[in-house]
Amino acid sequence: MSFFLLVIGVLKTSTSNKYLRSWSLLSASILLGLLPAFATLGEAVSSVQADQAHIQATQNITQKSAYSIHELKSASGMAVREYVSPGGKVFAVAWHGPFMPDLKQLLGSHFQEYRQALQGQDQRARRGPILVQLPDLVVQLGGHMRDFAGRAYLPDQLPSGVSAEEIR
Amino acid sequence: MFAIAVVCASCGGSSHTSTTANTVTTTGSNVQAIAVNSGPAGNYANGLFTSVTVCVPSSSTCQTIDGVLVDTGSYGLRLLSSAGGGTLTLSLPQQQDGSGGTTGECAAFVSGYTWGPVASADINISGESASNIPVQVIDPTFSAIPTACEDGGVPENDTLQTLGANGILGIGPYVQDCGGACEESGAENPGLYYACSSSSCQVTTQALTQQVENPVAMFASDNNGVVIELPSVSGSASSLNGSLVFGIGTESNNALGGAAVFPLDSNGEFDTTYKGQSYAAFVDSGSNAIFFLDEALTGLPVCSDNAGFYCPASQTNESATTTSGSTSSSVNFSIASADELFSARANFVFSTLGGPNPGTFDWGLPFFFGRNVYTAIESRSTPAGTGPFWAY
Repeated sequence: MSFFLLVIGVLKTSTSNKYLRSWSLLSASILLGLLPAFATLGEAVSSVQADQAHIQATQNITQKSAYSIHELKSASGMAVREYVSPGGKVFAVAWHGPFMPDLKQLLGSHFQEYRQALQGQDQRARRGPILVQLPDLVVQLGGHMRDFAGRAYLPDQLPSGVSAEEIR
Repeated sequence: MFAIAVVCASCGGSSHTSTTANTVTTTGSNVQAIAVNSGPAGNYANGLFTSVTVCVPSSSTCQTIDGVLVDTGSYGLRLLSSAGGGTLTLSLPQQQDGSGGTTGECAAFVSGYTWGPVASADINISGESASNIPVQVIDPTFSAIPTACEDGGVPENDTLQTLGANGILGIGPYVQDCGGACEESGAENPGLYYACSSSSCQVTTQALTQQVENPVAMFASDNNGVVIELPSVSGSASSLNGSLVFGIGTESNNALGGAAVFPLDSNGEFDTTYKGQSYAAFVDSGSNAIFFLDEALTGLPVCSDNAGFYCPASQTNESATTTSGSTSSSVNFSIASADELFSARANFVFSTLGGPNPGTFDWGLPFFFGRNVYTAIESRSTPAGTGPFWAY
């Protein structure tokens, strides 16, 4: 995974200017031709860069004891936080902004699982937030027009000691 | 239904608790009848409906559409075409995009999206009218639905069965359904509006005045907001009648009186405190329950049959405090088992319907029962200051 190591190297050496940093990441990804079509939840940390390119965002990284948070802010005002385990896997994403995010991009390989679970629910009864709770996947969407928020996480991949309440 | 008076001697601001029943206004040229019932699909829980008359602009060619959902959580009128199983058969002129195509929209709601062309219409509700304003015609057969629209991940609500209504009357605190972002090009554009040929659509920029807009804001008068007035409900009922009053402090029948005023923050939200913790919150007549927090924080289990609702073993009494700036108001409500509520097949009005909404309070329709709720539009002045705000 030389691409992965290169990206981490960029992250570690460039912390002063987030615009410079994001452009470094983006250009590294494009130069290597390694932008995956969709990846994120459950994928390696490199998928954060794919999301960053997809929504043309700037990025901030916050290191917590049990994980790191990669916060992306899109040009259209969507804030996306991706939670990365010490093993380098994205185990949760949360978002808030005036528009719906591209959920297919954020959920990656879990998008179909989410869609199928949603189709199995009685949508006519509920006119409000969406809640899909599966043993291995939780997706929550809330808000209203011009103000949307939500989160998705993999319950069996939360680092030990981390509760779902921290993902927001 | 009663409320416990709370004394807040040290708050510094105003604290309000209503102890008397609200009065529902029924007369006035700015008063529109509304009702909570099963809706045109016959199965809506806590759906607030009214009728709207639309006309081809500057003509007497009109059609009255009933079963339109009254929604303070969105902005703009959307009508379900007959192609989608709705009642709209009137041919409204479609908005042209300047390059020979027509304008389409993918409008996102949290529970689904609506797709179809933007059209122009004159709108008449009660004695109020708005001339030549952009509306959305919900039509699943209009061009091909863009991939990006489906990738938002919420269900398509383009049929009577999925929408449960003949349209949505969005009369919330904003004027447009998108705002300035849709005027931008490139990555800053969120992709709501499309320039469409007969076969495909591309994201396009959309000027504010061309966006689907809150009809109330475009009325000639009484255009600074609305009051939704519904009587209180004890438990459940088959239907409930009330009034939608246009304008705030503009007529003798829409004064604020003693209502507490809650300005919205930049996200269009205010705060709600529950069990000592503060959360982001909003008021939305188009949400059909009080959706708040989660199982762990409330102690209310989620239903086994009806995903997305709470199902406590017995009815529980809850209390929260809504706050904006120095104004606060306590709200008492009760939650009962949605599985049991829905088993009474003749009922469509549920005052004790609740569900989870992690991290947030969504004060949906049960909040409106027994309250006159004012929704003031952004940048419009009222006797209590400039919108956007909620008051009750």
